[in-house]
Amino acid sequence: MPVTTEDVAQVALLARLSIPEETMEDVTGRFTRVLELVAELQQVDTDGVVPMSNPHDMEQRLRADAVTEENRRDKLQKPAPSVEDGYFLVPRVID
Amino acid sequence: MSWETVMGLEVHLQLATASKIFSGAANKFGADPNSQACAVDLGMPGMLPVLNEQAVRYAVMFGLGIDARIGKRSIFDRKNYFYPDLPKGYQVSQFFEPIVCEGVFQVPLSDGSLFSIRITRAHLEEDAGKSVHDRFPGQTGVDLNRAGTPLLEIVTEPDFRTAEQAVAYLKALHSLVTYLGISDGNMAEGSMRCDINLSLRPTGSDSYGTRTEIKNVNSFRFVEKAIAAETARQQELLEDGVSIVQETRLYDADRDETRSMRSKEVANDYRYFPEPDLLPIVLTDDYIDSVRQALPELPAAKRERFIAQYQLSDYDAALLVSSPDMAAYFEKAVTLCDEPKAIANWMLGDLSAALNKEGIPVSQSPVEPQNLAGLVARITDGTLSSKLGKQVFEALWQGEGSADQIIEARGLRQVSDTGALEKLVADVMSENQDQVAQYRAADSSKQKKLIGFFVGQIMKASKGQANPQLINKILTEALDSD
Amino acid sequence: MNSLDLSSATAAQLISALQAGTISSLELTQAYLQRIEKFNPAVNAVVTIDHEGALASAAAADQARAKGAEGPLTGVPLLHKDIFCTAGVRTTCASKMLANFEPPYNATVVEKLNAAGVVTLGKTNMDEFAMGSSNETSYFGPSFNPWDLKRVPGGSSGGSAAAVAAGLAPLSTGTDTGGSIRQPASLCGITGFKPTYGRISRFGIIAFASSLDQAGPMTRTVEDAALMLSAMCGLDANDSTSADVPVPNFQTALNGDIKGLRIGLPKEYFSDMLNADVATSIHAALKELEAEGAILVDVDLPHTRQGIATYYVIAPAEASANLARYDGVRFGHRCDNPTDLMDLYARSRSEGFGGEVQRRILVGTYALSAGFYDAYFKKAQQVRRIISEDFKKAFEVCDLIAGPSAPNVAFPVGAKNDDPIAMYMEDVYTLSVNLAGLPGLSVPAGLINDLPIGLQLIGRPFDEETVLRAGHRLQLRTDHHLKTPQLGADQS
Repeated sequence: MPVTTEDVAQVALLARLSIPEETMEDVTGRFTRVLELVAELQQVDTDGVVPMSNPHDMEQRLRADAVTEENRRDKLQKPAPSVEDGYFLVPRVID
Repeated sequence: MSWETVMGLEVHLQLATASKIFSGAANKFGADPNSQACAVDLGMPGMLPVLNEQAVRYAVMFGLGIDARIGKRSIFDRKNYFYPDLPKGYQVSQFFEPIVCEGVFQVPLSDGSLFSIRITRAHLEEDAGKSVHDRFPGQTGVDLNRAGTPLLEIVTEPDFRTAEQAVAYLKALHSLVTYLGISDGNMAEGSMRCDINLSLRPTGSDSYGTRTEIKNVNSFRFVEKAIAAETARQQELLEDGVSIVQETRLYDADRDETRSMRSKEVANDYRYFPEPDLLPIVLTDDYIDSVRQALPELPAAKRERFIAQYQLSDYDAALLVSSPDMAAYFEKAVTLCDEPKAIANWMLGDLSAALNKEGIPVSQSPVEPQNLAGLVARITDGTLSSKLGKQVFEALWQGEGSADQIIEARGLRQVSDTGALEKLVADVMSENQDQVAQYRAADSSKQKKLIGFFVGQIMKASKGQANPQLINKILTEALDSD
Repeated sequence: MNSLDLSSATAAQLISALQAGTISSLELTQAYLQRIEKFNPAVNAVVTIDHEGALASAAAADQARAKGAEGPLTGVPLLHKDIFCTAGVRTTCASKMLANFEPPYNATVVEKLNAAGVVTLGKTNMDEFAMGSSNETSYFGPSFNPWDLKRVPGGSSGGSAAAVAAGLAPLSTGTDTGGSIRQPASLCGITGFKPTYGRISRFGIIAFASSLDQAGPMTRTVEDAALMLSAMCGLDANDSTSADVPVPNFQTALNGDIKGLRIGLPKEYFSDMLNADVATSIHAALKELEAEGAILVDVDLPHTRQGIATYYVIAPAEASANLARYDGVRFGHRCDNPTDLMDLYARSRSEGFGGEVQRRILVGTYALSAGFYDAYFKKAQQVRRIISEDFKKAFEVCDLIAGPSAPNVAFPVGAKNDDPIAMYMEDVYTLSVNLAGLPGLSVPAGLINDLPIGLQLIGRPFDEETVLRAGHRLQLRTDHHLKTPQLGADQS
């Protein structure tokens, strides 16, 4: 199924990426190539096959409900681009 | 055209665990911003989630509390969207296979009847952080303390038709979760948040209209008002022939109307897929049974038992069991003084009034069960007249000691000594001979009114301590003789 | 400095020398730091050198040894792929997005190797966010193959492979999501091992595809790999996908013969499509294993080809979500003067991520999106199970599966950049192993026109021991693993 630059732009919006106009053709072309490859999956009969998320079908371990982390705010906020009074700052969001 | 309002409710319940659902950071309300957000909560590179056992237990307890089918194998999924309070860019939730499946919840309505609401599912997920929009000019501040708090999202079928049903459901839910001890269920503090899905359809139709979602309504009162406002809005549009836009809205309490949420305008495709960093939760029958064994007595069962055991009315029983603390208070008081009806009356009357006035819960009542029991016991055994009961109650509330101590200190013992009372009656009659003559001359209906005068005088003279039943008897005999 | 030739020294040899006292950790570390200074400009294998930290660790190692308190790897220099979080040391994932990111924590693997006593020299180059098979997508420029600087070292652990091949360190860590340890090991003529999924904790490893990523050793020899594995493996409560299985003694696992060991040869791996020279090298290596008593049997892995499609749906899909956290808010690159939230996200991410990463995020997002989930993601998960079953069936008649690690030797830089599928084909023999979560080893199997090619051995889940034993046997009989490129030859 051919994919248009509009389709790619729509996906880019979902992924919060902005693809420059001049590379759109190339990106769409590569995208289409990958989808052609992926189409090969349709050849496989998967009727009744349970999808596999984890290769060993393991079960989730449970952790005891205990506080094991102390306040390390200063250390953890060191890599942050914009912090004030302990808050991470972003451009104003209007709800 | 007559319209029917059709509603489903989604409640997000914060679970009262000590630590977060996927990390060991503390899960407490009100800490300094980002002081309870560890690297896992911040979604820092390489960090991974590990599941809190208590969150699982609480979810199963809820499921058993509503007699729902427990999902013995449930999985976590990623719900993908971008928002500053969602650090990983996805919320770990349960979409495909939730931990609690379909159940039915019986909700007591104010008229005593039970309303059946079908619960579609309840699932575990992590809460997002909080955004602060008015503290930093031109910016929004993000506090991720709340990110990772365990939530149980409880979804109902669209079985609600009235605001009364919706509010009753929320109250019953609050009651159930506080009984189970899994959540504070406090709407004002945000530990219980309610989203209302609402649509209208012509009465008698069985298809569904387009619905809107009113998010994060945070009080019972606002739930009622939001439902009214949105119903009115949709009705007006529909009657004008305008179709309803499916969207997310907020209830604005100041204007008493709902408005569209602008931030949700960008279409969201959540692209749910199984969370690869977590594995399926597999629950054995043994585990589920052990959780069931450990369940406390639930409100519905307790209500039934109170009616049967204490011969309380449906109404009184329902009120007493509405909070686990009230119910426990009641039962403790009754063990000390076996007068359930009287205890119930005091609790639902004077005690509740005083608690409401101070705005404190029964757990903080200055009048403890043993003191209330003491008061009721003294009224029952005639030591104290019921008229003076209120005075003693107030003294108890002020912390003046036990009922006995107060009665002693204030000299409130009811006088039931027949000889003393006869003298009292005789004194009052001799001091009010005109009224005595009036009484004796009057017909029986007027006498009923006139006798109040004498009772009043006697009470005044005895400072309220005369035993009213005995006074009535002695007085009537004295007046009627001669 | 004595008889140690650092261009080819193994960790085992260095440990002997350290124990004998012929060299100190400090001297050794200084020597390797000098080698990095001398040879790294040509190969661009190392992106961050931690002089201070390395020298401090080396000094501590010498002290520990003097007290008799040394661990199994005390004083041995090591390089970490720049995907492992190292506290206080820049960890970039070879991306502009994390070019200045200093993690406030160590990955579990880093902690464990530190506890074993390694001296970390620095961080190695890689494909950006581990997405690639040639180390050409790095923000820091490509890494080059020490055997031919005009060729790629493979990827995504290209820097680690090149570093070990050029003797910049005897040991290196890598990660493998679709072949990213095994394929570069093959192209650079070194040993690379990806253990069973769940053997090694992923905590603190910057995630690419969560259900496929695994860390592993990249070394000169299987013996060294076993040494590293003993330190790296083990249950980690911080990683829910970490397997609760006992860690065997990998060193003793190397001993013993492989008489009667059945080695399966998938006909799909040895089709007419396989390059003739590669086939020759692989068959020669297999003959050596036969001479050791192994029995070669035919097996079938009928969905080998579809493994590529399966991988290129699942990996980008998981990655698209794993990389959503890079939004310029709490860490990482933020664009200048964002005008609103959408601008903050779109520009920070588009500036921070390179082209290949962005393209894979797009593919992954698409595969999960409404209307396509069933046809792409769910379908791929189903084929994944079928592929896993294929391996199970094959392992009913054999104990190991063998074949080439890569379809060919190292290709020239830029040769495969036009067609994504051409690049993806590099991993045709390795991808399925990640889908099934199996252990996979690549050992040098000779040179073709002076360029290395590797033999891949695949084992049953959690049967690293058999894989390592067979690989070790081969290295006892052949000398492919002892060959080193001219570039790193000690000219002191």
